Parts: sequence; C-alpha cells; structure tokens
Amino acid sequence: MYKYASPKNFYALAGQLVPWLGIITLLLFVIGLYLGLYVAPPDYQQGDSYRIMFIHVPAAWMSMFVYVMMAGAGLVGLVWNIKLADMLATASAPIGASLTLMALVTGSLWGKPTWGTYWVWDARLTSELLLFFLYLGFIALQAAIDDPRRSARAGAVLALVGVVDIPIIHFSVVWWNTLHQPASIGSLNRLISPSIYPTMLHPLLVMSIAFFLFYFTVVLIRMRGEILARERHTGWVMQIVRSSTEAMEAGR
Amino acid sequence: MSRTLLSAARCIFRRDLTLAARKPADVATPLAFFVIVTSLFPLGVGPEPDVLSRLAPGVLWVAALLASMLSMGRLFAADHADGTLEQLTLSPHALTPLVFAKVAAHWVTSGLLLVVLSPLLAMQLNLPTHATGTLMVTLLLGTPVLSLLGSVGAALTLGVRGGGVLLSLLVLPLYTPVLIFGAGAVTASASGLDTKAYFSLLGAFLLLALAFAPWATAAALRISLD
Amino acid sequence: MTWRTFFAMGGYAFYVWGAYGFATAVLVWNVVSALRKRRTVLKMLRELALAEQAPKDSETQHYASE
Repeated sequence: MYKYASPKNFYALAGQLVPWLGIITLLLFVIGLYLGLYVAPPDYQQGDSYRIMFIHVPAAWMSMFVYVMMAGAGLVGLVWNIKLADMLATASAPIGASLTLMALVTGSLWGKPTWGTYWVWDARLTSELLLFFLYLGFIALQAAIDDPRRSARAGAVLALVGVVDIPIIHFSVVWWNTLHQPASIGSLNRLISPSIYPTMLHPLLVMSIAFFLFYFTVVLIRMRGEILARERHTGWVMQIVRSSTEAMEAGR
Repeated sequence: MSRTLLSAARCIFRRDLTLAARKPADVATPLAFFVIVTSLFPLGVGPEPDVLSRLAPGVLWVAALLASMLSMGRLFAADHADGTLEQLTLSPHALTPLVFAKVAAHWVTSGLLLVVLSPLLAMQLNLPTHATGTLMVTLLLGTPVLSLLGSVGAALTLGVRGGGVLLSLLVLPLYTPVLIFGAGAVTASASGLDTKAYFSLLGAFLLLALAFAPWATAAALRISLD
Repeated sequence: MTWRTFFAMGGYAFYVWGAYGFATAVLVWNVVSALRKRRTVLKMLRELALAEQAPKDSETQHYASE
C-alpha cells in the first residue's frame, strides 16, 4: 500500500485505473440520465424543470466534497511532506471550482422557472458563490507562487483556514437568509427531503455516484500530468519521454 | 535586552506603534478610504434619508471591511523588506505571541481608528443615533477578527506578485460571517430589536480568531520565509 | 412519449437543456483539460530533452569557430 506513495508507482497505478473508472463513470451517467430524464415523472408543482436537480444537487455535494479533499490532502502534505498529497490538492482545485460553477449555473437555471428570477440570494446558492470565491483564491495563490513547495504549503494553509470557515459561513448565510427571505419564496430543499419519491431518488443516487467517480477519474489524469512535470529529472520519467519521442518519430 | 516572552511581545507591540506613528500617511490612507467610500454611496443611490438609513449598516460595514483589507498590506511588508521578519522567526521565543503583538499593534492603528471615525460616518448616512453605539461595538468586536484573519492572508502572500489584490481575493470570502452579523446587529438595533444574539456570535468569532489566527499566521510566515 | 415531447420538457426546454448542456460542457472541459495537461507536459519535456542534446552536438563546432 505504501509503495504507492512513490510518484512512479502511483503514476503507473493511476494509468491503469483511469480507463476502468472512466468507463464505469460513463455508464453511470447514461443510466442516471435515462432514469432522470425519461423514467422519472414530471413533478406536480415544478413540471419537468425539477429534473435539473439531478445535476445541480450532485454538483453541489461534490463541490463541497472536493474542497474537503483539497484541504485534507493539503494537511497531509503539510504535516508529512508527501508530494503526492500536494499534487492531489492542486489537481483537485480546478475540478472543484468547475463543479461549484456548475452548481451555481444549474441552480440559477432552476431558479428562474421556480422563482421567476435567475439569481436569488437563497442560502445554498449564496454559500456556493462564496465557496467558488474560496476555490478561486486557492488557485490564484498557488498560481502566484513559483516555488512548488511554498506554493503547495501556502495553499494548504489557505484551504485549511477555508475548511474551518466554511461551516461558519454556511451557518451565517442560512441565518441571514431566513431573516431576509420573504415568505412567498419556497426552498429547493423540499424536493430533496427524505420523503422523496423513489423514481426521483434513484436517478439522484446514480448521478451522485457518477459525479463522485468522475472526480476521481479526472483527478487521477491531472495528477499524472503533475507527476511528470515535477519528477522530470528522474530516470523513469526521462525514459517515458524518450519512448514518447521514439513513438512520435516512428509515427512520422 | 528582552528575556521573557512577555517583554519580547511588549517590545514588538511598542516598536510597531512607534514605527506607525512615524509614518502617519500609511495609517491615514485606509481611514481616508473609509471616509471616501462611505461618501460615495449617497452619490450613487441618491440622498433620500430613508434609503440611506436602510443601507447605512451594510455600507458602513462593507466600507470598514475594505479599509481593513487595504491596511493589511503594511503589516509585514516593511519588516519583510529589511530582514526584521526573518530575525523574528529565528528568535528563541515562540513566534505565535510575537505575531499576535504585531497584529495587535496593527489593529490599534487601523481597526480601532475605524471605530473612532464611525459615528461621524454613521451621521452622514443617516443611521438612527441609538444604533450608533451598536455600530461602534460591532466594529470594536469585528475589526480585530478582520485584522487577525487578514494577517493569515498577508503572511501567505508575502512578497508574492499581485500581493494586495490577491490578499483581498483570499480573505474577503472568509470575512462574510463577521459582515453578516456585524451589519445585522446594527440593522436590528436601528429597528429597535434585541442584539444580544449578534454580540454573542461576534464575541465567539473573536475568541475563535484569537485562539487560531496568530498560530496560523506564524505557520504561514515560516512557509513564506523558508 | 415522442422525441418532440421529450425535447419540449413540458415547456421548460430552455432551462432543462440549458442546465444539462452547461453541465456536459463542464464535464467535457474537465476531461479534455486534464488530458491536454499531460500531453503538454510530455511535449515540453520532449523538447527540453532535444534542446539538451543539441548544444552537446554543436559544442565542438562552437569552440572551433572561436
């Protein structure tokens, strides 16, 4: 198990896992879309627009999960100096940020037919927006620091401060929202309550797992790129570069 | 020479205050910004007293946030440039209390002055007078949190290109709970509602920040200076 | 259910397909950008390797010309 803490072995392992994860993810997406767009019936209040939930909710869940992964990986890298952990954090950030953006846009498109406006300062969307800014800050900080070690460690501290602040932010925003919310605006939470219909629950679960595996697939691909760049002075990477050059020239 | 940790911290506190007193322009600029930004709002939304008094808590708090943000740059900049900061990290004393002393001195020359200025600006924005006291107390509780959180950001972005703006991007999202409850307290007070819950939360934030931020800042300084 | 009713999504076509379309774009971007990153790194390393070889080949010529 610990041999995979070495970039070389991890690179190989990741290379083998990615195709399988990718296929399973794709299958799950297809099943989820079939269940969500075709099998599940229209909602009696929201009609077909509620189907956006099947991408909005998993995106929002993953946006938070990925941030926690980022902070956790950062912590491991900070405390135990494991380079792969640093790389996991850096690789996770753009994925998490894009999923947050997806949650925001799909939430906005769901909000328009439901509430009449594209943007509503409801608690969840506002929290997502702030989470998006936290991701951007992390990416900007890492991009601005050239030294890889300082960049990784600074990012880790920032992500850890963020992960402590996120529950506080969420709590504050929920409180702020209940104070200012006019009674007429309902909440998106109604559809996600435990009394949800099975035909609506199944696609949600399938899509959630699909999004979950998607994150791991993509982060492994990103990490392979990171590993090559960081370990470029090692023999095994130079060998890969040489074979790749030969393959290119043979192809000509 | 200072031997105990307490006297070392006191020494740094006094030093930073003295240095700030010698450069009044550095201290005054964020304050001037606070005043100017607050004055821009009536120009933007119109001078109607009712509108202004509804907006006043939020505007004053956002302006305080931004002014606080702007002043964070000078927390470590001068000491970083002349090597004093590195000397501090090499000292035999624990870094965390020394950092706390620096942030405390910085707050005296930034946040505390915002508190002092705030009644004048509250008047400009037609905030009901009975809410002004609440405003000052919330700023008194909140600006130290801003300084403490800002110091973490300042330590992380030490010497980094795009420093000031990057610092703002990093720290402003983290400020939002303080903003929500600070401005919320003033609004409640203006409407005659009870503010106890707000002050408890602001107090809790302050305690949390006091407990963790100087330590995080010290860690960030070591990362940036290694 | 016909294809037409499916695409109409009960009148919410713009919102549903807009949302699903944006989501697909984001997912595709993630995969493409990750794959491209690896390819770009490999390309850069290949060129670095070639550049390191070239001066060695022309080294003798360089001294000779001075």
